[in-house]
Amino acid sequence: MSKPKVSKPKVAFYWCASCGGCEEAVVDLAEDILTVADAVDIVFWPVALDFKKKDIEAMQDASIAVSFINGAIRTSEQEEMVNLLRKKSGLVVAFGSCAHLGGIPGLANFSDKAGIFERAYKLAPTVTNPDGIYPQTETQVPEGSLTLPVFYDTVKTVDQTIDVDYYLPGCAPPPDLILNAVTGILEGKLPGKGAVLAPDKSLCDTCPLAEYKPEKISIKDIKRPHEVVHDPEQCFLAEGIICLGPATRSGCGERCIKAGMPCRGCFGPTRDVKDMGTKVLTSIASLIGIETEEEMSEEELQKVLAKIVDPGGLFFMYSLPSSVLRRRRIK
Amino acid sequence: MNNDDNYGNNVPQIVAFCCNWCSYAGADAAGTSRLQTKPHFRIIRTMCSSRVEPDLIMEAFRKGAWGVLILGCHPGDCHYKNGNYKTDRRIRLLRKTLAQFGIEPERLRLDWVSASEGARFTRIVDETIEAVQKLGPLNLAVPCEVIHE
Amino acid sequence: MTRIRPNYEDRVSAEKPEETIYERWVGGLLRYIDEEKNMRIGVYVCHCGGNISEVVDVKKVAALMGEQADVTLARDYEHMCSEAGQKIVLDDIAEHNLDRIVIAACSPQFHEKTFRATLVKAGLNPYMLEIANIREQCSWPHFDYPDYATLKAKDLTNIAVAKVRLDEPLGSKAIPIGKRVLVIGGGIAGIQASLDLGDAGFQVYLVEKEPSIGGKMAQLSRTFPTEDCSACILSPKMADVPANSNITMLTNSEVVSINGYVGNFEATIHEKPRYVDVDKCVTCRVCEEKCPVKVPDEFQEGMKNRKAIYVPFDFAVPYRHLIDESVCLRLTKGGEVCGLCQKVCPHDAVDFNQQPRTHEIVVDTIIVATGYDVFDARLKKAYGFGKYENVINGLQMERIISCDAEGKPLRDIGKRIAFIQCVGSRDEQVGNEYCSRICCMYATKLSQLLKRADPSREVYVFYTDLRSFGKGFEEYYKRAQDTGVKFVRGRPAELTEDRKTKKITIKVEDTLSRQMLESEFDLVVLSTGMVPSQGTESISKILRLNKSPDGFLREAHPKFKPVDTLQEGVFVAGTVQGPKDIPDTVAQASAAASRAIRLMNQGELEAEPITAQINEDLCGACGTCVSVCPYDALKLVEKEEKKVAECNEVLCKGCGSCAGACPTGAAQQKHFKTTMIRAMLDAALGVDATPGKEA
Repeated sequence: MSKPKVSKPKVAFYWCASCGGCEEAVVDLAEDILTVADAVDIVFWPVALDFKKKDIEAMQDASIAVSFINGAIRTSEQEEMVNLLRKKSGLVVAFGSCAHLGGIPGLANFSDKAGIFERAYKLAPTVTNPDGIYPQTETQVPEGSLTLPVFYDTVKTVDQTIDVDYYLPGCAPPPDLILNAVTGILEGKLPGKGAVLAPDKSLCDTCPLAEYKPEKISIKDIKRPHEVVHDPEQCFLAEGIICLGPATRSGCGERCIKAGMPCRGCFGPTRDVKDMGTKVLTSIASLIGIETEEEMSEEELQKVLAKIVDPGGLFFMYSLPSSVLRRRRIK
Repeated sequence: MNNDDNYGNNVPQIVAFCCNWCSYAGADAAGTSRLQTKPHFRIIRTMCSSRVEPDLIMEAFRKGAWGVLILGCHPGDCHYKNGNYKTDRRIRLLRKTLAQFGIEPERLRLDWVSASEGARFTRIVDETIEAVQKLGPLNLAVPCEVIHE
Repeated sequence: MTRIRPNYEDRVSAEKPEETIYERWVGGLLRYIDEEKNMRIGVYVCHCGGNISEVVDVKKVAALMGEQADVTLARDYEHMCSEAGQKIVLDDIAEHNLDRIVIAACSPQFHEKTFRATLVKAGLNPYMLEIANIREQCSWPHFDYPDYATLKAKDLTNIAVAKVRLDEPLGSKAIPIGKRVLVIGGGIAGIQASLDLGDAGFQVYLVEKEPSIGGKMAQLSRTFPTEDCSACILSPKMADVPANSNITMLTNSEVVSINGYVGNFEATIHEKPRYVDVDKCVTCRVCEEKCPVKVPDEFQEGMKNRKAIYVPFDFAVPYRHLIDESVCLRLTKGGEVCGLCQKVCPHDAVDFNQQPRTHEIVVDTIIVATGYDVFDARLKKAYGFGKYENVINGLQMERIISCDAEGKPLRDIGKRIAFIQCVGSRDEQVGNEYCSRICCMYATKLSQLLKRADPSREVYVFYTDLRSFGKGFEEYYKRAQDTGVKFVRGRPAELTEDRKTKKITIKVEDTLSRQMLESEFDLVVLSTGMVPSQGTESISKILRLNKSPDGFLREAHPKFKPVDTLQEGVFVAGTVQGPKDIPDTVAQASAAASRAIRLMNQGELEAEPITAQINEDLCGACGTCVSVCPYDALKLVEKEEKKVAECNEVLCKGCGSCAGACPTGAAQQKHFKTTMIRAMLDAALGVDATPGKEA
């Protein structure tokens, strides 16, 4: 009793500023991808199938059932493409950390275009560029004019560029959440618009190390993961290793924790939090020397705080563009 | 009225979070003693400085504050035993983080004012307003697409 | 016409970023406004009898507030805190069905409670109220900028309106309160408070760090202006303390820590060993005669010696020996050294093995009466105290006169005696701006006692201003003048000592006759003032009590709560709160006792309603709040097979540390929720969040 072919929902996948891991995640569905592929009609997936932009332009507005967009928005081309997909799609799902929060590419917001170009095209040790030639949006060659997209100063999340219906968090989103989301869409069983398709609680809720956590944690020293041999039966925070788990949405399957690494926050904040980085900051800072604060000398305190070399990069690792300040100030 | 210099676009906006027991009472003491301060600050009272979440400070900057003041009880004097120490640690780390955001750490000041220190309150507020006035507005609302060639 | 922030609108719109940027986080803000439809807020702007209205254009503020969304009415009135003012609020609530109230007036420290009671009377929850502090924060500190003060008053009121929109009704649990009191300090203040409480049937623990109760009053000769013998009127009161079955007296003891809260203070008290069994000792003083160690006697202000085993003074309570462990040969050198007292004691009361004891007690209220210290006159270098043998302080003169009266003179007084006033008081050079309030009268007293005892003496008092403000004081001063004491207005700059005769020369300008005087005296008495005691310093840390600029403890309200502190259940009595004489001290001690009784007689108290609150849907049980809570009020508990944090509302004191530290926003503080603080922040920054004008 298979449905007639014409009624298959159309699905698009697109990538913006991302590493490609999210594309891998789709393939990671393994056998399940066949079920998905059978149930839908993939109309656009540049990384796997050959479609052109004009194919999409030719489609009727809102004729794509759902577009999964991964990656952050960093260039004019990405902006143009997501706007196009928005127009042509019924639903847009921001897929993965970069689309959802800005992700690792979003850390570029601590710099700007000029800084990034200088680093990438001039200062990088593998580059020789004595004339300081940087990519241009338009270059004249004998054959005519070559163009490149505009490289913006600021990395944006997808929802800062277009209207987003749902978010699938993770770097990359785990197969079970993807499958849940796809099934939800196909069956029309979705929560309210704007929902993040993962549990509301933070990672500690499901963390396998939670049972080893002491009742009160007092951070006396901060250590980086390579400085200690992690005890697989101890909470990272109790060991002095900064873990973003307390502030991070759960649903990832605790892959990092099980591999002996602390959480770095790729699932983003929980429902009511607007600025994940400062939430991590406040929870970590509040624990420093708890209940022995008066005995802690200024030097000891400074020593502990100095161990957090790059608080911006650490606390906002995946969420900088979606944070309250979004980026380094442009003066 | 000869205070036109206090108007116009260049009015600094400072949010001062004061704890109920020490610094808010210190601000009251300043008022009761009729100590005159520059008026460009607005006090928000919380029970303890440790209530103030750093993300609200981020929001304050985002929403146009030129500077943020957090005032608590002196170390050892906290009405709630050690709330001010927690505030201290957060603000130190936050200042370091703000620098990475290109926001001068001087725009965020944590200090201690006891209930009796009206003059100290006035001095801190005036100093902060002056310091922040030198730095000017943050203008964080610049469109993100702006490209600096 | 008053200008209200020209360019204000421009500035806001210029700084307002494009909509999409705000969308995510202002989105939250808009939601709550939608949810809270049909509010009826009443705004009242107080003139404070001119205190506010002379600077702030209160009518303008009220008019502007009336235009705000959700504000049903906005009025201004002369005195909001008056009965008439409160009646306006009551009538408006009834007539206009108001459900939230904003009062723009003085600091909430003054009348928040008053208006909360008004709301209760009107049938509203007392927490549906916000106070905008437009007096201490506007009209008083900004009268140089009246226009701006009006603008700021409007902003502050607007902040209060933004907050009141989100306020939620709060209730609280009752916590039991018993009848146990800790009185810290056994001077006349502590004694009076203890006796009042003991007589009223309350269980009192009186802790005194010295080996006897009695305090400074025990050292005084006579009391002004009635010239009662101080020891004679004090000693019966002292004796009443151990006789009162409701009072447990702990001398030679110090409070080292206090935890908990009103109704449940847990105090730890260290009692130093006396090395004499007070139950066996009969104070026969045989031991004292044999003791070979002599050290200056504190009670006689070092002008006489005592032994290492001693009785603090003749009417000490307890009237028992003790050994000064810092000088006793056996206790400092150990082994079998000396031990004479033990050998001669006919009652086997000496016990070198006595150990310090720790008492853990639980009390419901605390009265702090740790008194004062005499200003250390050595700090006033020009007067040579501690260097010149004929320069003494006021308390030493008290001892001299007392001992003279007993026929056991401490030292030679001479014929020419001078008093110098305001030593350590009203002197910014030594950091004390305040008047010690007793020195004028005790010098008036001591000088005439000296003159009357020997009319051939010449007694001078060099004063700055002679302050004789109390009942019978001025008459007493007149009597001193009649006795022949010479009062000279002038503050000596320097004293010099004659190396041979040891007499002291005072050079001073008589500021009334404008003449320079130079005169030699046998004895100069420095009328030293009061400074906060060392005990006050440590107890203020232990109890986290506020101090005034002068270093004395601060009362909750200078007029209406003169013996309360901001720590509920902790009261102050006597000179710990500021310089005062004996009648004032006793009055305050009784007041403190009565305030404590008032609290304890209620049987139960309202627990702090502003407590932490956990949103269990969001809590991931990371335990951050459990770690930061200073009162152990938060615990992780299992609910529906999931761990979540839970707040014990009786233990929670409502600091909000947990809410400030929570990484998910699950921990909130009632009445100070993140949404509420954000709304205040938006209002403070002019981010327009009123319905229909969203960003």
